[in-house]
Amino acid sequence: MKQLLTFIRKEFLHVFRDRKTLLMLFGLPIAQIVLFGFALSNEIKNTRIAVVDYSKDAVTTRIISKIAGSPYFNIQRSLAGGQELQAAFKKGNIKMAVIFPAGFGDDLTHTGKATMQVIADASDPNQATTITNYLNQIVLDFNAGLAQDAAQPMQILPEIQMLYNPALRGAPNFVPGVMALVLMLVCTMMTSVAIVREKELGTMEILLVSPFRPLYIIIAKLAPNLLISVVNLFIILFLSDIFLDLPVKGSLLLLVTGSVLFILTCLSIGLLLSISAKTQQAAMMGSLMGMMLPTMLLTGFLFPIENMPVALQVLSNLVPSRWYFIIIKQVMLKGLGVAAVWRELLILTGMCVLLFGISLRNFKIRLQ
Amino acid sequence: MKTLGFLLEKEFRQLLRNRQLMRTLLLAPLIQLIILPLAADYSVRNIAIAVTDNDHSTTSRRLIEKIVSSGYFKLRDYTASYPEALKQVEQDKADLALQIPAHFERDLVREDKKQVYVAINAIEGTKANLGGAYLGNIVTDFNSEIRMQWQVSGTGGTDGPPQVSVASSNWYNPFLNFHLYMVPAILVTLVTAMVAMQSAFNIVQEKESGTIEQINVTPIKKHIFIIGKMAPFMVLGIILFTMGLLVGWLFYGIVPLGSLWVLYGSLIVYLFSMLGLGLLIATYSGTQQQAMSLSFFFINIFNMMSGVFTAVDSMPDWAQAIVATFPPSHFIKIMRPVVLKGSGFGDILPEILWLLALGLILNTWAVLNYRKTA
Repeated sequence: MKQLLTFIRKEFLHVFRDRKTLLMLFGLPIAQIVLFGFALSNEIKNTRIAVVDYSKDAVTTRIISKIAGSPYFNIQRSLAGGQELQAAFKKGNIKMAVIFPAGFGDDLTHTGKATMQVIADASDPNQATTITNYLNQIVLDFNAGLAQDAAQPMQILPEIQMLYNPALRGAPNFVPGVMALVLMLVCTMMTSVAIVREKELGTMEILLVSPFRPLYIIIAKLAPNLLISVVNLFIILFLSDIFLDLPVKGSLLLLVTGSVLFILTCLSIGLLLSISAKTQQAAMMGSLMGMMLPTMLLTGFLFPIENMPVALQVLSNLVPSRWYFIIIKQVMLKGLGVAAVWRELLILTGMCVLLFGISLRNFKIRLQ
Repeated sequence: MKTLGFLLEKEFRQLLRNRQLMRTLLLAPLIQLIILPLAADYSVRNIAIAVTDNDHSTTSRRLIEKIVSSGYFKLRDYTASYPEALKQVEQDKADLALQIPAHFERDLVREDKKQVYVAINAIEGTKANLGGAYLGNIVTDFNSEIRMQWQVSGTGGTDGPPQVSVASSNWYNPFLNFHLYMVPAILVTLVTAMVAMQSAFNIVQEKESGTIEQINVTPIKKHIFIIGKMAPFMVLGIILFTMGLLVGWLFYGIVPLGSLWVLYGSLIVYLFSMLGLGLLIATYSGTQQQAMSLSFFFINIFNMMSGVFTAVDSMPDWAQAIVATFPPSHFIKIMRPVVLKGSGFGDILPEILWLLALGLILNTWAVLNYRKTA
């Protein structure tokens, strides 16, 4: 036991001696939470649009000023015609163009209907859909104004309530995602590199010929990373409460339990990587290429999992951060209890035990 | 000049000798480029709804049918009460709860207006936003349908109030295909991760194994040494990019509309700036672990902030100012328009100038910070 403590102390010294790495370990989560929390949002506002008005009458002026008054749009300029429009789209100056044909106002007053044309730059499909919808709403509003004299019969009024995130901020979705991402990468990468480094420098041999049990080596290697990750977790929770107004609504104990399970799972993955990698470079590439993008994409915080092809949906079940992401959302944002997340907790426990078992079995005590 | 030739030969040999590394460097990104765009589909459909119909009238049933058959929504469940529907939302079984109150049809006829209640899980902002908008449109549509019906069967004859209608069209991506948007950006992130990190590791590795001292005591000038280190990764980046374009064409049918000269020209400027960053990281780190930590820090932030997943335009001004200093954000702003819209050199010139300026700053900084004496 005393041996183990000494060894853990050695590992801590190794980690704390390297100031630059330490800075990254704590700086990254802080920078990410602050940057992402404030900067990322799904809301689309101030979209730059162009107006081409061939009619220039009272009606088009009214509609244009209504569009200009909306927070969603920012009328960049009025263009003369089609040629200029192409150029503006290609330069990326505008995302949408609104075109009123000649005689728009006359058509409306005489025939009772007039059609305006809207062209959206759909290279970003979601943005195109959203801004087209916004514009539709404005026109509907305008129509309702026209119809005021002839009172509209039979109005169905949808009352829409946005639950959990009424202002549609980006933070409630991104903070859990970033938590999962940061914890995952810090744990897997740091662990795998820490072990492979000893192999690369040749100090592993010394450890292996010592009477020290392999299990102890592993525990000692994992301990500093576990501590760092837990500290990181609290920093993230603290920052999101203070700056982003996202307190832990549910039980803190439950959230920490889930997090520790997730951290242990990631540490086991790091351990597994370190067994197969021969050089630090390989271990890093493995954890970076193998973990970063899949974690980002298959966790479900950037893209909805139910949209993916079935094979990827199945694959996403193997990504631990997917389950952890659900736990954070349910406990931290919605304030639910164990009843809502027992399944996810169980899955993480299973993954953790399985991965740790495999890596323990495969941990080589001989150098080739 | 002759020294540079020998140095380049050495670097290329070292790189090509390491088969495992070459495999990771070239194959891993391509496999990811094939698979990841499939996952990166943010088109909003299949919004699961839980419906509480307290009216059970023809009108309420028709409204529900219209919503479900729109293609955007998927009926998860009929619940007896609204709290039950909300419970479904809470448990993530449904994304949206819809309640049609009792006497919906009767009140609609008698009082000429009636509410329907909608609650959306807004943790995922885009989904909530679009879901709400779709539902609003469907209800408006339905509204004018039943109004028409009543007017035809009722008073008849009246033309109704004047209406402005919108004819909308989507340019450059008429079928709203999400792959078109994601593939160019994912290619950029993969090239970035590979090139910037590897160049940093490569130098630090020589530091760690001590061979850099052997080079330091030779009369090789430091800029020659740096060019020797950077050139292989420039070539690697170009190869990777070319393979990525081929994958985009073979698997996703994406052919750049713009000129390849513009694409490759900007790629070289971009690689120049990213290699500068890699070099800078290398000069600040003593061990591979430090180099990894630093480059990981930047790559992670670049990936999230450069507009790959969320629009830079909707960020606050201070964040946009920060993002402007990230080279990948400019390269993505070049890639997407050139590939999708066929933008020309003149259209993307500002972005190229940005990249050039960032590249010059990063490289100068790195060279100044690089000491031959340890």
